[in-house]
Amino acid sequence: MSQTAADFKGYRIPTLDLLQREEAPVWSQVTLHTNRGDFSGLILPRSETADALHIVLKLDTGYNIGVRCDTVESISVLGRKVANYQIPEKAFPVDPGKPRVKLLGTGGTIASRLDYRTGAVIPAFSPGELYGSVPELADICNMETEKLYGVFSENMGPEQWIGTARAIAREIAGGVTGIVVGHGTDTMHHTAAALSFMVQDPSVPIVMVGSQRSSDRPSSDAAINLINATRTAATSDIAEVMVCMFGPTSDEYGLLHRGTRVRKMHSSYRSTFRTLSDIPLGKIDGSGVTPFRTDYNRRRDDGQVTLIDVFDDRVSLVYYYPNMKPDIIDSLIDNGYKGIIIAGTGLGHVNKPLYPALQRARDAGVHVYMTVQTLWGYVQMYVYETGREIMELGVVPAANMLPEVAYVKLGWALGQSRDHDEVQRIMLSPVNGETTEREPHNGYLVFQGGIPEVDEFISSHWK
Amino acid sequence: MERDHSAFSDSWLGGPLPLFGTLSDAEYADLGFRCGLEIHQQLLTRRKLFCRCPAGVYNQGEHQAEVLRHMRPTLSEMGEYDGTALMEFKTRKDIIYHLNKDTVCTYEMDDAPPFEMDDQALDISIAITMLLGCNVVSEVHITRKQYLDGSIPTGFQRTAIIGTDGDIPCGEKSIHIRQLSIEEDSCREVSDAGHVRTYRTDRLGMPLIESVTDPDMTTPREAMAVGQVLRHLVRATGLVRTGSGAARQDVNVSVTGGTRIEIKGVPCLRAIPRLTHNEALRQRTLVAIARELEHRGAKPGYLPQGGNDVTSAVRGTACRFIGKAVEKGATVMAVPLPGFQGLLQVQTQPRTGFLKEFSDRIRVIACLDTLPNLVMSTQDVPTLSSGEWERVAKTCRVGPEVPIILVWGSERDAATAVSEVLIRAREAFVGVPEETRQALDDGTNGFERVLPGADRMYPDTDLPPIGLSDERLEHIHDSLPLTPWKREDIARTAGVGPDLAARLGRHRAWDLFAALLPILQESDTPALTASQLASLLLDRSCPRPLQTAAAGPWWADTVRKLVSGDLIPEGVWSAESEPLEPWPREKARAAVEDLLQAIPAGELPESPLQRDLVLMGRVMPGVLGRVPGRTVRSWIKGRNRERTS
Repeated sequence: MSQTAADFKGYRIPTLDLLQREEAPVWSQVTLHTNRGDFSGLILPRSETADALHIVLKLDTGYNIGVRCDTVESISVLGRKVANYQIPEKAFPVDPGKPRVKLLGTGGTIASRLDYRTGAVIPAFSPGELYGSVPELADICNMETEKLYGVFSENMGPEQWIGTARAIAREIAGGVTGIVVGHGTDTMHHTAAALSFMVQDPSVPIVMVGSQRSSDRPSSDAAINLINATRTAATSDIAEVMVCMFGPTSDEYGLLHRGTRVRKMHSSYRSTFRTLSDIPLGKIDGSGVTPFRTDYNRRRDDGQVTLIDVFDDRVSLVYYYPNMKPDIIDSLIDNGYKGIIIAGTGLGHVNKPLYPALQRARDAGVHVYMTVQTLWGYVQMYVYETGREIMELGVVPAANMLPEVAYVKLGWALGQSRDHDEVQRIMLSPVNGETTEREPHNGYLVFQGGIPEVDEFISSHWK
Repeated sequence: MERDHSAFSDSWLGGPLPLFGTLSDAEYADLGFRCGLEIHQQLLTRRKLFCRCPAGVYNQGEHQAEVLRHMRPTLSEMGEYDGTALMEFKTRKDIIYHLNKDTVCTYEMDDAPPFEMDDQALDISIAITMLLGCNVVSEVHITRKQYLDGSIPTGFQRTAIIGTDGDIPCGEKSIHIRQLSIEEDSCREVSDAGHVRTYRTDRLGMPLIESVTDPDMTTPREAMAVGQVLRHLVRATGLVRTGSGAARQDVNVSVTGGTRIEIKGVPCLRAIPRLTHNEALRQRTLVAIARELEHRGAKPGYLPQGGNDVTSAVRGTACRFIGKAVEKGATVMAVPLPGFQGLLQVQTQPRTGFLKEFSDRIRVIACLDTLPNLVMSTQDVPTLSSGEWERVAKTCRVGPEVPIILVWGSERDAATAVSEVLIRAREAFVGVPEETRQALDDGTNGFERVLPGADRMYPDTDLPPIGLSDERLEHIHDSLPLTPWKREDIARTAGVGPDLAARLGRHRAWDLFAALLPILQESDTPALTASQLASLLLDRSCPRPLQTAAAGPWWADTVRKLVSGDLIPEGVWSAESEPLEPWPREKARAAVEDLLQAIPAGELPESPLQRDLVLMGRVMPGVLGRVPGRTVRSWIKGRNRERTS
């Protein structure tokens, strides 16, 4: 039997030598005779990020174990059993009476399967695969899917933002009822902001969705999020770029967040996405969308959208910390950056040693904007002398724009103009709520556990 | 329930079920009885297995928050949906978790990824794996085992194999240990009614080991005995938790023609013989039913495709529970089961008929848990009137001889119930369906869920494999305690009687015994035998501490005195702080006589034997530790003889 590298997926020397010598490729049913006793099972591919010393064996009971190659004295090969891993694929039923929803995939784990080679979860995406794992979608719409990218959230960038924006504009022109964008959660709010700026005044809902618990697990939020997002895209009157993710950590309802005001706030909670300094657009559950406000862009049937698909990526976001040295700013200037967003302390401050660097930036024509690392609230640079001094150095306060949103917007603005005044006009004119004129009192709510009345509230509601 | 031999092809269906305790080993062999065990044992660790929450802290129902979740089936690594997974999905349960801030963090809530596996737990599980004689793996792969009942909020249990293929002795036999795994414990169920199931999460995530035997046990009693051997072995380490719920066991049983049935939630080892006996009977009966169906020429294909809505046919019935349900808007569905005449009443377990297999499925899967949740047309107990049954039969277009099962509930639940009745009826042709069953208090068992397969296992992508170095294994190996059976051998060689040696082998007093034995063996003519020493250490009323720091020297000193005869064994019991010196013979005799004199003759029973016992009981407390019991007894006996002569 001639064997190729694919027959030993993931195995490296010295284990590879052993398996080749013993003619025991991946998927062989074997007994490994070792100096720690005999182990019987199926040889699985080895994750490439794991060490080169172990054979992965799947026992009859379904468990995996690792056997170190230098403990193996010989291998008895008993047979072969190749796994056929497929999500049960059924044709997605088409009902002419149902709305058309387009699902654009960028990666992430909306629906997924496991990859042996890396041990990673890889997405499953075709309408048939989706129907096989989330059949409820067929009750809502006729779904079409298109895989734009297959990248993890952290690898999304301007190229993908522009590509996604163009695909959305194309689909809107093509007459879909709504669009769902599947996306990894880590940078979903960056992409949501980018799409908010690039796809303006859309006629249909554009709903971004992901999951905090991967879809390969029974407790995953993926299916419910996808159902909620699809229902929003199919039925909602809100024609904006939104993020649709769990409201509470319980399986109760999703929240619809405006793409420019949303931020991932916890590394792992299901209810990680929050609208900051404002309230969400509404909520979505099995009974449909319940708007929390009326000032949203309404659905139209004209199939129109304004596409501004530009981005200059010579922009940086600097998170200020005490004792920051001016060379941080200097290096950005020296490396040709055209825009800098500072996430300053408090109302928007940095230390004095940075002043000369900021002056240099202004002289070099770099556009510098101030946001707040407190995330909630406005930049207000008149209150303290520091603020006034910083403004004199050309730093422009960006109101209550979130730092990440400001970063995306500055790149997008610089894609349109290099003129200082024009860029400033774009930056300070809200496209869709990235800056607001007022912050409602319930726009800032970070409940503090331990306070009796808060604990009382928590104990009487599903968390 | 009367059984009529002539009515059935398989004579088993005609006779009464043999009572527990009436079958010989040979009769179990004839049935093809096989039994295996899965023993779950909590480990004595400070923390939970995959987070830093405290282990072993239980809140008595107190919680500050709740989370609501649902479980969906997913794909396993091998590409199949697991049967259990789909069944649980059909039940559509709201699952509510109670959260206590002191015992649960975001990990147990499934709102954070796992931390690294607790090293202490891993070391203990490796030690026990070695004691079971298993081969220890070189790399521990954490695997996800799906549980869609909600007992674990992630929907899977993180578990990993530590070793495979061990052997332990049980009597003359060697029992094969298939594998030992380490896993996180599940939630404790608070309630399960209708479509809502509630769990407490304090126990969730505590480290457990699961030892799985091959089905090597051929009688119910042997199954219990093996359970005891395993229990004693893990306890011998001193590294496991004891007490209520710290050790739990599942048993699996099969008979010839049957299948491997796992019974969960066995409350104690003592319950195993009766449970496994009853399960063997159930399987044997189901096999007989399958044979009878075949004999009758019945076929699954003759069963209907669905149920018949008979709500209007039974509206206004005098049958209270159905009438009430219809009033509240329930849909009543009828399912005729052609070919099943006389079979649904057949007894499968004591006080349990075949019909209960249908009722259980409906209760668990369709969530219709108010009993009765079905009735049958040919039942002995009064249900619908004969006129109503005729109308139902007419709707179903079957004759009066065909049994019909009625189920009722919301339209959706009733539909699920119909499909479950048909699924169970089809399974009757195969014999014993693959299920996980639940131990009930009366020694019978009920349906819990469809048996999960290897399909529900897939690798945990959140944690990398853990390599076990030779150094780590050697270190653990060097500090392994002796197994109970090795201890027993040593004790017997030293002259301890067989029963005492076996008890000592699994008792925490072993270490002390092992330390004291050399003192005994120093003397050529010890006044204390090894058996006496073992008795002393194992006596529950013995006031001396066994495991305190001071215990060693105190016992060494005491044993020296016992060996030389300066102290008698009883003196050890009665000593408040220090062992008592025995009295000289004259003093002892006088004291005993005084005590005997003080007892009014009128209070003594007539029978000499009874009288002696009462006298011993009155005298001994006054001379305990000063005069040996056997001396007192001989004096009393001598005194009686004097009186009667």
